[in-house]
Amino acid sequence: MHDTAHAAAHHGPPTTFIRKHVFSLDHKVIGKQYYGLGLAAVLIGMVLSWLMRIHLGWQNAAIPGLHLLSSAGAPGNVMTPEYYLQLMTMHATFMVFFVLTVAPFAAFGNFFIPIHTGCEDMPFPHFNMMSFWTTFVAFCVMLLSFFVGDGPTLGGWTQYAPLSAVGSVAGPGQGAGVVIWATSLAIFCVGQLFGSLNFIPNILDLRCKGLSMWRLPLPTWAWFITSCMGLTSFSVLMPACILLILDHVAGTSFFVPSNLVINDQLQPHSGGSTLLWQHLFWFFGHPEVYIAIVPGMGIASHVLITSMRKPMLSHRVLVYSMGAIAVLSYLVYGHHMFVSGMNPVSSIAFSFPTLAITIPSTIIVLVWLGSLYGAKLRINSASLFALGFISMFITGGVSGFFLAQPSLQILLHATYFVVAHFHFTMAIAAIFGIFSGTYFWFPKMWGRMMNETLGRVHFWCTFVGTYAIFMPFHYLGLAGNVRRYSSFPADYMQPLVGLHQFITIAALFTGAAQLIFLYNLIHSRFWGEPAPDNPWQATSLEWSTSSPPPWDNFGGRHMVVHHDPYQYGVQSSVGDYVMQDSPEQVKTEHEEP
Amino acid sequence: MAKFFAITILVIAILSAVPVVRNTWHPVEDISAHGQAIDDQMTETMWEAGISFLASQILLAWFIWRFSGSRPGEKSKNFPGGATGLVAAAVILVGIEVFALGIFGIKAWGNIYFTPPGADALPVQVQAGQFAFYFRYPGPDGKFGPLHPDKISEANQNFFGLDPNSDPDSRDDIVTAEMAIPVNKEVRLMMHAKDVSHSFYVPALRIHQDFVPGLDLQLHFTATKIGRYEIVCSQLCGLGHYNMKAYLSVLSQQDFDDWLKKEAAMQ
Repeated sequence: MHDTAHAAAHHGPPTTFIRKHVFSLDHKVIGKQYYGLGLAAVLIGMVLSWLMRIHLGWQNAAIPGLHLLSSAGAPGNVMTPEYYLQLMTMHATFMVFFVLTVAPFAAFGNFFIPIHTGCEDMPFPHFNMMSFWTTFVAFCVMLLSFFVGDGPTLGGWTQYAPLSAVGSVAGPGQGAGVVIWATSLAIFCVGQLFGSLNFIPNILDLRCKGLSMWRLPLPTWAWFITSCMGLTSFSVLMPACILLILDHVAGTSFFVPSNLVINDQLQPHSGGSTLLWQHLFWFFGHPEVYIAIVPGMGIASHVLITSMRKPMLSHRVLVYSMGAIAVLSYLVYGHHMFVSGMNPVSSIAFSFPTLAITIPSTIIVLVWLGSLYGAKLRINSASLFALGFISMFITGGVSGFFLAQPSLQILLHATYFVVAHFHFTMAIAAIFGIFSGTYFWFPKMWGRMMNETLGRVHFWCTFVGTYAIFMPFHYLGLAGNVRRYSSFPADYMQPLVGLHQFITIAALFTGAAQLIFLYNLIHSRFWGEPAPDNPWQATSLEWSTSSPPPWDNFGGRHMVVHHDPYQYGVQSSVGDYVMQDSPEQVKTEHEEP
Repeated sequence: MAKFFAITILVIAILSAVPVVRNTWHPVEDISAHGQAIDDQMTETMWEAGISFLASQILLAWFIWRFSGSRPGEKSKNFPGGATGLVAAAVILVGIEVFALGIFGIKAWGNIYFTPPGADALPVQVQAGQFAFYFRYPGPDGKFGPLHPDKISEANQNFFGLDPNSDPDSRDDIVTAEMAIPVNKEVRLMMHAKDVSHSFYVPALRIHQDFVPGLDLQLHFTATKIGRYEIVCSQLCGLGHYNMKAYLSVLSQQDFDDWLKKEAAMQ
């Protein structure tokens, strides 16, 4: 397992600028490239959300410069209803794929998996490089849709057929826009498959001496579970996207049934199934929710343990629970389709696994809370965001009680209640995981400390701001406010406009607060204080090397692991912790209950 | 800092619960025979979710308050009973809670989907298209004429693609842009989509069902209160999605008969 594996991952130090910074084989550079890509995507997604929110609060508001993005979509700088849908679709697509998948999984996973496993690099560095550049191409292709034809697709990130499959007759962006969208995601899937095919064998086969699976830190377990989900779910999305492209360019009818009439024209399609797309999409789509959130669970746990100065109540229970969530995620996808026309008995069948997924989720939350009991919690930007992650995950989790039940989806399906649920779980909680990981690992990744004061200001604005934005979404949903509306002409929705305006103000404020983070990130990268090797007195292998690590991670050392990953609350020669690779024998100072 | 954070979590949790407790924003009033079961299920779930939410957030806040800082001389402690007790609590308490919700919820769902409509239910056909609903009543003969998609023409106001010249059953069909039904009379709704997916969402009726191109779906319900309500589309269907709505008038039997006669005269 160990020595031969080191040889398999070996490559020499980079000798040229291109090899070092562009087409790098070094997993750390690739991780940083993914982080940069995620950052670019989140800025795009955030600006799009600002534009959407301004429109939802004040439909006739002129947004200076918007016509430069699309003269047809924003005549006189006022957004049209269809352009609202186009920007909404791009907001969701960039956020779900290029932020929530890329940053917590591909960026941090790439940087830290080989270090956490004590090896030199990924098993297939060339594939790893291709993983990033394939994803980058996918990103560029998606961006292209803003500038081609009549703009990006307006079909939402779920791209339900037949709206997505019949072409431009269905509306702006439904021709070239959909083809670009599906092409980009098919390429994206290839990139993620390359990534998973590196992560899994790295964790299974390249672990250093003494590093059993149970000695892996929790984020690496999370990335392992996520990789397995990615391998099986992206490989379903990719063919679905290819079939969708064929419906556009090859005259096929995979997702379009016969006898459809659009603009008084009988459509030249027959024999397809609209529900087939939904099944394929959600078979990918629900695991994707956990692809976004599970790495955050691992990262938040990792940060919290270091801050609490004690291990989790049970490392194994957390791992088993994340694994249970991963398995169940394939059995629950039908809850997105309760009122889709699927057999209503199937809705009941999908309802119970959905309710059951509450159990491992609750176990994880209770283990976090139980572990906080009796801790000596250090408060800093990283731990604040990790604790914020727990709060957000709880809030997002309890709304799942409602959406798991077919009878309640009669009221709540496709309303803002759903928007609240998935933003709290897969979006905000996951982003809190990313922030927590950034504040925690920045010293290791870039060799400099981030500004702690700015980090805390950023946390307070973000924590309060996100609750101000997303908690009212629940109330809108309870009142029956349908999502994906560019305005609210229904009589019963009119009283909700004031609440939308409040949310818009909160979104602009919270979004602006992210500029503090951006400033802190860029300023600290170049002018931050130099970071020591182990600024947090942490135990796992990334803190046993320099900040930043050398190209081969451990300067030629063959790592040997002697301890579980989280030996805190012990008496050792260095303090209340012992490094994972330290041969020192220690005894615990935990007080038994 | 930790104590301030704990207070913030507590304040946010309580403020979040206030509008729910005060029922500030709530579903429109239920006017269906089956809706009470859904509303009861909603109330039950709100209690369970609300208690879980508040208890978890309060516990989080309390532990942050209590266990932050280095506290020299104090050893770190483990939670009494360790993880085993917590796992058992999650499996037993939450397991029972959510499975009870699931089992009781079947009844509310089954009222709509697992019971057949009565033989004397009023048949109404609804067609969804970008970006309007159209309704069809069978007329005095009680039969719907067949549909011919190739004859659909918005320009000629032949929304359903009827061919009364060839199909006698179509001649007395009544096509309307607004839906009217008699109060306390069961309705059998036959749904089909003309172009893309749409949805038939009537919050007041506690009815929500997608239109699926290529599939004919049926629903049945009884409205119990006279009034005018809104039908909206909840499935993204294109640029005019936000504006796709129709009105549902629940009338006395006499008013409904008069309305139908008036509409028939206008065909």
